[in-house]
Amino acid sequence: MLAAVLLGFLFSLFLVFAGSYFKGKLAVLSSIIPISLFVYFLSFLPEISNGEVVYESYEWIPSFGVNLSFTLDGLALLFALMITGIGSLVFLYTSAYLKGHKYLDRFYGYLSLFMASMLGLVLSDNLMSLFIFWELTSISSFYLIGFNNDKADSRKSALVALGITGIGGLLLLGGAVLLGDVAGTYRISEMLSMRDSITDSSHYILILLLIFGAAFTKSAQFPFHFWLPGAMKAPTPVSTYLHSATMVKAGVYLLFRMTPVLNGGDIWHTILIVVGGITMLYSAIHIIFRTDLKGILAYSTISALGILVFLIGIGTQAALIAAAVFIVVHALYKASLFLITGIIDHETGTRDVTQLAGLRKVLLPVAIAGFIAALISGGVPPTLGFVGKDLIYESTLHFTNNAVLLTILAISTNVFLFYAGFVAGVKPFMGPLPKKFENIHLPSPLMWVPPLIMTLAGLVFGIFPGLIESAFAKPIAMTQAIAFEDFHLKLWHGFNTVLGLSAITLVLGTILYLKLTPSHALENSIAKFNFISPKILFLKLSEGFAVFSSYWTNFFQTGYLRHYISTIVAFLILLLGYLIFSDFSLESDFSTLAELTIYEISILLMLLAGVLYTVFTKSRLAAVAALGVVGLSFSLLFLFYSAPDLAMTQFSVDTLTVILFVLVLYKLPRYLNLSDRWLRIKHGVLSASFGVLITLLILRVLKEPKNTEITEFYAENAYKLAHGKNVVNVILVDFRGIDTMIEISVLIVAALGVFGLLKLRLKTKDKK
Amino acid sequence: MEIILAVITGVLYASGIYMILRRSMVKLILGIILLGNGVNLLIFLLGRITKGEPPIIDSAEKVLEGVYADPIPQALILTAIVISFGLQSFAIILVKRTYKVLKTDDLDQLNTTDEDS
Repeated sequence: MLAAVLLGFLFSLFLVFAGSYFKGKLAVLSSIIPISLFVYFLSFLPEISNGEVVYESYEWIPSFGVNLSFTLDGLALLFALMITGIGSLVFLYTSAYLKGHKYLDRFYGYLSLFMASMLGLVLSDNLMSLFIFWELTSISSFYLIGFNNDKADSRKSALVALGITGIGGLLLLGGAVLLGDVAGTYRISEMLSMRDSITDSSHYILILLLIFGAAFTKSAQFPFHFWLPGAMKAPTPVSTYLHSATMVKAGVYLLFRMTPVLNGGDIWHTILIVVGGITMLYSAIHIIFRTDLKGILAYSTISALGILVFLIGIGTQAALIAAAVFIVVHALYKASLFLITGIIDHETGTRDVTQLAGLRKVLLPVAIAGFIAALISGGVPPTLGFVGKDLIYESTLHFTNNAVLLTILAISTNVFLFYAGFVAGVKPFMGPLPKKFENIHLPSPLMWVPPLIMTLAGLVFGIFPGLIESAFAKPIAMTQAIAFEDFHLKLWHGFNTVLGLSAITLVLGTILYLKLTPSHALENSIAKFNFISPKILFLKLSEGFAVFSSYWTNFFQTGYLRHYISTIVAFLILLLGYLIFSDFSLESDFSTLAELTIYEISILLMLLAGVLYTVFTKSRLAAVAALGVVGLSFSLLFLFYSAPDLAMTQFSVDTLTVILFVLVLYKLPRYLNLSDRWLRIKHGVLSASFGVLITLLILRVLKEPKNTEITEFYAENAYKLAHGKNVVNVILVDFRGIDTMIEISVLIVAALGVFGLLKLRLKTKDKK
Repeated sequence: MEIILAVITGVLYASGIYMILRRSMVKLILGIILLGNGVNLLIFLLGRITKGEPPIIDSAEKVLEGVYADPIPQALILTAIVISFGLQSFAIILVKRTYKVLKTDDLDQLNTTDEDS
């Protein structure tokens, strides 16, 4: 399985080098990759339908418990087949749809990158590798949405999508780390036996919210749904593949995967049912206000995702099977409708449903595919859609709480979805053909065969639902760790409530389709409410965040040295002050004061006077001279306190500094007093408190016993090892000789810099 | 003795910081030098104070014994003094150069990258 996952990555890498060969007629050959993967996964079908599970594990970062472990069970297989199957058709379709496109190779590269990541996501048994693949799908989706990167719209949509799904990725990482911490493993298959300890842990609610956040952002649940309609800026094959059939279902997949681990009762059910319910109805109603075919399909996709979340929330076996079947149903009809929309757009140049009509006369096979897709979408017997819809009603009717309300919710959503399917799949082909469309020809079979295959599959599965039952429904039910009851998928259940509800849905849907014509007036009427739509609120929030961060940055990054230094010093005072005063005693040894000689006192007074004069004098020359006094006092001080080498160094260096100052600075302007009194007082207080703090710090440190180990080493070995009697010198030139050498090179660099600056003759710039 | 030196270190730090916070570039350099002296004194103090016993081995001895000043802080400070001389001389020349080009000693005139300001 590792090879299967890596194949897509390798292929996209290969395209980086060999892309130019795949731009022309060879482009269609890239479809070999998904097709062979599809066949590979199909070969597992018999094993999996017997209820077996295939494991495979490779060590990756074993010290963190992060491994590439893969599981192939019913759920993973369903997704893997969807990814590779629809992937194959989309790859084929693209070779005709984007024929001759300048960046076709790039497109295939992104697409196979996505396919590989998505495969990795659904096969991963390790939460960490799942997270990594999850992020990779977001990233490849970003490239694909922004594929037309010369359009500002595309770039913006790509950014919004990346932002929302990126937030979700972070939440997933948080949830995965917490979950791994609670369970003691990142392996999902090992977590299955720990449900009780996980749901009882104090982090349970947090884990749940994080995982939900990840799933809701990825699967475009309310109020994060708005990135999906924006993502429709991508070329149609991308919308088909990522934004209806596979990637947006990653969130649903995650919820499915986590059901046996995290389903801990009411809170799980309530959140999922409420969020899923709101999403499915909210976006279903939005459908009738759209005139762009892709917009209609986007909102119906969101609505379908809402239904899936809603069903997982109900969480009974019937509901989970309904969800599994509905995933297949939705993938088949929605991908077909998207591909059909792509053909219409490609041939007529418009997706505006108010302008399209009569296309059956020129695009007959497409019209057939559209008609069947609409039937599946509307849940008309004998398609698989009918089976799926029945299962949904079945599960809402038998739920313990609010069964009637939930059923009404499901029916109203389905009525709108029926409408959406017929508007997208039937309406463009009905009525008289406008003159401007008369010259349209049927495109290459590569484009119209894929939707036809998918819709026919929906028809076949509907007539023989047993195929789906043994291949997916039962193995998936077994992965959900619920008390397994045998069941059979049937097209015909006899006359019962569910059939009645189905009939009601069909009738209401037909009425809605016949009575309501999509129009721009409707579209404009909803635009008035844009200012309270989640999208606008979200954008406002992000704009607000940008404003906040620019204030924040400008507050700290003023460009004035004194602001930076003041901030640093103020923080140091706060932190050090807190530390020192939380552990402070003023007892010090004052007895040594008596030993002060008159020499020491006079030197210290001289030093002090020098410092104060340097600070307060108004003459620059005086300041420099006072600084010289400070330096010379220092040499005397060193001399008194047993440091003759320091005394000599300080003496020469300070003399040089003063000379340099005097030589250079006589050319400078008057010594300006630039700050006002208030600022000087403020800075004075700040620096004085810092000085006090340093004094206290020193007194505190001096109370600690001194470690003399290294000192003793040097005292012992200075002569023995290095044959020098002056220990300080020996340390500098022998024990730490290389340090000193580097120091000398630093000085050389400084000297070169000084020399360069002195000799530099700037060319007079042109004055503006 | 240490107490007084600790207070003086505090004064050096305070005056160093105060000078660094001024707008004049010359004051900035003076501040850096004062602060550097404060740091040296701090390191010196951490090795404790010893009067009249430099870390030099008597000509008759082979090992430094008895009471002696700690040689390690001295070695560190020696390095620090030399390096800060490098820094100071470079800074002084830089200020001179800056003044020659921009005709100002005011730091606030420098916080823009526009050439013609």
